[in-house]
Amino acid sequence: MSVSRRDFLKSSGALIVSFSAVSHAGIFAAGQGQFDTHPSHVDPTKLDSWIAVMADGTVKAYTGKCDFGQGMFTAQTQLVAEELCVALRRVKLIQCDTSVSPDQGTTSGSQSTPTNFNSQNLGQAAATAREALLNMAAKKFGMAVDDLTVTEGVITGKGGRRATYAELIGNKRFHIALSTTAKRRSPEQWTVLGKPIPSLDRAALMTGHFEFVHNFRVPGMLHGRVVRPPEVGATLANVDESSVRQIPGIVKVVVRKDFVGVVAEKQWQAIQAAQRLKVCWNSGIQLPPQQTYFDWLRQQPSRDVLLVDSKDVDQQLSKASSVLQAKYVYPHQMHGSVGASCAVADVTANRATVWSATQSVYPTRSIVAKLLSLPLDNVRVIFVRGSGCYGLNGADAVSFDAAILSHAVSRPVRVQLSRQDEMAWENYGSACVIEQRAGIDHNGAIIAWECAQWEAARGGRPGYSDPGNVITGALVGYKPEPIEPRAAAEPKAKLRNRSNAVPSYLAGCVADSCAGAGTIRSERVMMRTVAGPFFTGPLRSPLRLQNTFAHEGFMDEICAHVQADPVAFRLLHLRDERLAGVVKAAAEAAHWQSRPSPKQNDSRTGLAKGRGIACVAYEGDNGYAALVAEVSVDVTNGSVQPRKFTVAVDCGPISNPDGLRNQTEGGVLQGMSRALLEEVTWDAKRVTSVDWESYNSLFLGFAVPEIDVILVNKLDVPATGGGELAITLAAAAIGNAIFDATGIRLRQAPFTVQRVKDAYRSPA
Amino acid sequence: MTKLSLKVNGRLYALDVDSSTPLLFVLNDELGLRGPKFGCGMAQCGACTVVLRGQVVRSCVMPVSAVGKDEVTTLEGLGTPDKPHPIQQAFIDEGAAQCGFCLSGVILTAKAVLDEKPNASDEEIREALGGVLCRCFTHVRMLRAIRKYADTRKA
Repeated sequence: MSVSRRDFLKSSGALIVSFSAVSHAGIFAAGQGQFDTHPSHVDPTKLDSWIAVMADGTVKAYTGKCDFGQGMFTAQTQLVAEELCVALRRVKLIQCDTSVSPDQGTTSGSQSTPTNFNSQNLGQAAATAREALLNMAAKKFGMAVDDLTVTEGVITGKGGRRATYAELIGNKRFHIALSTTAKRRSPEQWTVLGKPIPSLDRAALMTGHFEFVHNFRVPGMLHGRVVRPPEVGATLANVDESSVRQIPGIVKVVVRKDFVGVVAEKQWQAIQAAQRLKVCWNSGIQLPPQQTYFDWLRQQPSRDVLLVDSKDVDQQLSKASSVLQAKYVYPHQMHGSVGASCAVADVTANRATVWSATQSVYPTRSIVAKLLSLPLDNVRVIFVRGSGCYGLNGADAVSFDAAILSHAVSRPVRVQLSRQDEMAWENYGSACVIEQRAGIDHNGAIIAWECAQWEAARGGRPGYSDPGNVITGALVGYKPEPIEPRAAAEPKAKLRNRSNAVPSYLAGCVADSCAGAGTIRSERVMMRTVAGPFFTGPLRSPLRLQNTFAHEGFMDEICAHVQADPVAFRLLHLRDERLAGVVKAAAEAAHWQSRPSPKQNDSRTGLAKGRGIACVAYEGDNGYAALVAEVSVDVTNGSVQPRKFTVAVDCGPISNPDGLRNQTEGGVLQGMSRALLEEVTWDAKRVTSVDWESYNSLFLGFAVPEIDVILVNKLDVPATGGGELAITLAAAAIGNAIFDATGIRLRQAPFTVQRVKDAYRSPA
Repeated sequence: MTKLSLKVNGRLYALDVDSSTPLLFVLNDELGLRGPKFGCGMAQCGACTVVLRGQVVRSCVMPVSAVGKDEVTTLEGLGTPDKPHPIQQAFIDEGAAQCGFCLSGVILTAKAVLDEKPNASDEEIREALGGVLCRCFTHVRMLRAIRKYADTRKA
């Protein structure tokens, strides 16, 4: 069913290929886009880079934010339909193709909604187009714009004069800049946006017709596999190419420094060749023992950032009637995509095209250009959806693998990683140690709070210039971005709580500007990054989840210490009304009973039940959520069974309530899996959690708790992210519920059966 | 290479392949089918699920030579986007997917258990799905869709 390459290139960008890729090429080569990224030939300041009205009245819209299952395809299609006043079915959204779409960096971090749905970019482009079309019609009719109405792509004037969008501009360029003043349709006017439109990919997905990058084929395509080192840090000694010469269909063994791969005619041949290839490696590094990893991490030299420091924390703590302190730890976890990552590359003498599930087509283009020593303009990266990624999974690395292998054989090559390659070498979520101290006054109020977070990191997103941030780039000789130890400077700029390192209850004051969500003014927060042994990178709610687990658990400890109700006591220390709003909404919906934790009537045998709450202002101001977890703990065997989750989310005007519910439900359960089971493991030399037997995840068989999602649809604020809200809270809320049920405080995730049992044996 | 014939979704294909090739790669690479997918290659996750002799099998570990004359049914063998099978329709109605990579395992396994046991309880359905992995955790909607299909099937 594969199309020819030429057909694909012709059809994928359609008219805009002739608009943008050809006529724009070179013209904007030196232009700097608004995205604080690299120059692109698709100028994001020009309307034609975003919107094209076709002669048949359909609208093509170009976005740099892509869909990997979180619903952005449908939501952005709704956005364009709404702002342009056309039917949903008339909008064809083209996602993330470096030849035709604007460079919007990376689709990540709950940034797609704030970026494209507020006053800039895609939404503003569609509004600019509507305004331009109204102006054209007004001129044509000799009427004022106020005398015109627009419905379904048809503009009507007084006396019934009418013009369709296609008549006004079909197949022609607008030749205007994105307007900052074009009027947006208000949420009260919305007829398409804000509605629970069924996701547009459903029928194709459910019937197996959807084309994933794993299904993507081009004529003449070969299959590649990589051979990764057996140990962390191992280097290549030698490869015996003759060991696979007998395998039918083998095309080439590709070696580049420590990178080893094979290319064959068929996938099965490539797999057998990769397994049988005799490769000798020099031994790798000695890994810090897993048992004492957090102590090791805590002792490493660190790169420090001080976020807030009121300079009086020690003084306030010395005056406090009691001081609490606690250390929370969070392990490396995996993206663990169901599908092993896959990409297709077609590299000829001086050109490369890569079909990739990357979240970052433009950065990937830059890295491929660098790896293959090609001019940037000769590389095209086209997004094709992969298995859900939840952040930086293997999609970038496998795109580089495919490019290197295709380059070596001058034919298109598809690479699909093995499960072990995926899991042993992905960029894991960061492991963290978070230490906190809080001072309580004689009235039981918090008067000071200090927090220090240590993060083990290595590499990360390659961005536009660092191939060595993922395994493939490192194997061919690039270093990951260095983490150079340095002392923290005094905070100067207004707090941006992007990693949620600052607990919600702090005022977050720098100089006279207080950007925190809370009331506590005696505050100090430090973030320390140390060079870890494993590649790390953004994993759904990066650092925000780890920090929130620690802060919300510690807040719960304080509540218990002063014997206060965890909801009421949180509200006492919150200044941010939207955060307080979701806390109240979740508590009310969960029929929260005001009382201190732990429950007094618990026994140490049988089934203990409890409830816990946690809340977050994601990245400080990018969405608000609170989660109430109700759990049962079987104290005889240590198993934790969440029974019900009640989650309230406020991310401003909601683009698609059904999509947000789906993300919220999935987020809670993914968070539950991470809270209860997930943890990367290793021995002295290598990662040992390399498949679904050795890395634990909840499968479909578990008893799914009831999930009650409360959407707070606030219309008078900018739209913010929603996909990472619920997951941020699961570990904290479950941990607090376990404490409520049993009196046992778990400060290390995941809350495995063994850890719960151990905690019973040696109560804190 | 071995010449063999393979019946898939009602069509008979003549193939010339290495007979040790896992069925999955034949379905994907030789027949261009998109439903079954490579997840782990070790029968751990279910993404490659197909139906053979009324049973769900993991096509990533089954050599194509082991299929014999029986028909293989993939996710696209149930229904089409225009005319989905009732269980696919239930998944569409409930929006029971995010990325959708796991759906062959989820839908075909659920259908198989209900074909065998039309009155299967929620617990029995869950148990049957215990070896299927969905990392987007779309469980709530998936189980709702399966329940809905089970109920309409009985009616």
